[in-house]
Amino acid sequence: MTDAATATSAPPKSKIVGGRRVGDSFFLGLSTTAAVSIMLILAGVAIFLILKGLPAITANWSEGDLAGYQNKDWGSFWEYVGPLLWGSIWAAFIAMILGTPVAIGIAMFISHYAPRRIAGFLGYIIDLLAAVPSIVFGLWGIIVMRPLLLPLAQFLNEYLGWIPLFRGPVSSTGSPMLAGGVVLAVMLLPIVTSITREIFLQTPRLHEEAALALGATRWEMVRLAVIPHARSGMVSATLLGLGRALGETMAIALIISPSLIFSTALLTDGYNSQTIAANIALNFPIATDLQRSALIGTGLMLFVVSLAVNMLARYIIGATGPGAKGRKRGKRS
Amino acid sequence: MTQATVSAPTTAPLSLTSGRLPRFIEPAAFAASLVVVAVVQLLLGGFEIATWLVFSAVLYLIAMGVFSSIVEGRRKATDRVVRGLVTSAFVLAVAPLISTLWTVVSKGMGVLSWSFVTQVGGTAFDADTLEVVATPGALQAIVGTLIITGIAALISVPIGILAAVYLVEYAQPNNPLRRAITFLVDVMTGIPSIVAGLFAFSLFALIVGPKAFSGFSASIALCVLMIPIVIRSTEEMLRLVPNELREASFALGVPRSITIIKIVLRTAASGIITGVVLAVARVVGETAPIFIAASFTDNFNADPFNGPMQTLPVMAYTAYSFPGQDIDASQAQAWGAALLLVILVVIFNLIARIVAKVFAPKAR
Repeated sequence: MTDAATATSAPPKSKIVGGRRVGDSFFLGLSTTAAVSIMLILAGVAIFLILKGLPAITANWSEGDLAGYQNKDWGSFWEYVGPLLWGSIWAAFIAMILGTPVAIGIAMFISHYAPRRIAGFLGYIIDLLAAVPSIVFGLWGIIVMRPLLLPLAQFLNEYLGWIPLFRGPVSSTGSPMLAGGVVLAVMLLPIVTSITREIFLQTPRLHEEAALALGATRWEMVRLAVIPHARSGMVSATLLGLGRALGETMAIALIISPSLIFSTALLTDGYNSQTIAANIALNFPIATDLQRSALIGTGLMLFVVSLAVNMLARYIIGATGPGAKGRKRGKRS
Repeated sequence: MTQATVSAPTTAPLSLTSGRLPRFIEPAAFAASLVVVAVVQLLLGGFEIATWLVFSAVLYLIAMGVFSSIVEGRRKATDRVVRGLVTSAFVLAVAPLISTLWTVVSKGMGVLSWSFVTQVGGTAFDADTLEVVATPGALQAIVGTLIITGIAALISVPIGILAAVYLVEYAQPNNPLRRAITFLVDVMTGIPSIVAGLFAFSLFALIVGPKAFSGFSASIALCVLMIPIVIRSTEEMLRLVPNELREASFALGVPRSITIIKIVLRTAASGIITGVVLAVARVVGETAPIFIAASFTDNFNADPFNGPMQTLPVMAYTAYSFPGQDIDASQAQAWGAALLLVILVVIFNLIARIVAKVFAPKAR
């Protein structure tokens, strides 16, 4: 279908080899089809989620399977998805606040502070974090991170409890949003680090050397030459990390004890906002057909939000970042 | 700084190192803060590794800042503190990695045995003793993981490589289709994994009906996640192939398709295979999409087109979250599955490294 059209519009250099051959156009058609299928897959994701989610979005929530779903009365789908959407964004935001500064610090360490000889190896170690399956991080969060953070939670509540974020009662099991946020932060470290590291390495060498030659200390060199160059890249890396955290399921599903409310509390058991992804994972197996459709509807919302975040990130890095021209060189160094 | 330079000539004999802290000051100061914090903690009666390290790092940063600003001036002091900060950021990231691996290995080691790998586990009702017996075993999950990931790889690798070939070899840089696809691939890497699972479930629910759980459905979900990774890495490898090779081939009158297959892809082969193996390693640990699309089961099921299928990550999740009567046995199952999963990921990563090393084209 579309391959024929694009095959003629894409200017292959078949002239060079003299005339079009059957094998040539076949292979071109094949690879174009593969490329176009990317569009089809993305469109398919959207279409099938809409098809399956629509029954619950338009349904009457005061009767049938959806009445009192998850022990609450919902006026409509939007009332149901609201707290979940808030929970997803809130959890991802906490993770971003905790994780991004560390990630940027690591990128800075690897690109500008660590000894050159071992910098590659150190980068590989951070990439290993990305290889650890999320379920393993989730289990680790339960048995290591939860007890570790309990004293911190008590401390924060005791001395800073007047801030709504840290209000009590402090969780006794250690399943508050804080633990989930910390584990999510660990999980978004590798993606933010690898992108910022790449951008730090793209700083023009001459700028760095000029700063050093003028007597700047290493930090002043970084502040004057590297950070201004990398600012937009750091912003978009942060957004990509946020996008990653939005979709993360297992850590949150395993760690926090949730409820479907709008809440900013970090340290309590009963007032943690549930996230969309974790809510789906917890309720999908036991849901009826219409309830599944409601869960798929919330998944559609998650898809839209994370798509928007990712597009924004790509737009920032494409429009103002070091761009495609510098990208290749940076990878190599 | 002014202080130091002004006072240096009068107090100390002029030398290159005057007004500077000695080189060993950083490790020495760190060791000192470790000792001080340890002593304080022991005196207060509560020694704990995590807080010990954190407080030592804080004390070190403060001490370095103070020493350095007295001796070397404010600028140097800031520099040293920032160096300390970024180094501790790195350590802060390595700590969870080590702690995670240590936890999984120490918890899973006791469970792992030959019979755990070779027998189908789960709980069963024994009619003779009227008791629920839990058998440790993960064979059903290992088989499920390999089948689901294998099918996903079989589908996504050709699509990914061909799409990358289109992007690098055929499309002109300004071609709108190329730009659109590059953008969409970027966007696709950001799809939440659970959404991929919901997509596969919806697709099969509309085709097969409400009982749509199957291994193949999970493979489709994984494809959505895997294709962009394969495209990205293949694209990068194809761009590394020197243009001279293509031009030489064209000059000999070789058609474009043959040039791509025999010259470009062959030159980039080791890099592409490495990328593919790493992509497999990435999706093999995905829990949420498989959980949604293939559900979970304790039964052995090697038919990807029919019925729920168990996989290692899902087994770890379900055994932990929805334990059976014998909670200890369920948790042991979970840790065993998690350790097997980590071992699988490590194996894939090692294969990728070996392929990259052994089959790399001789650089010139």
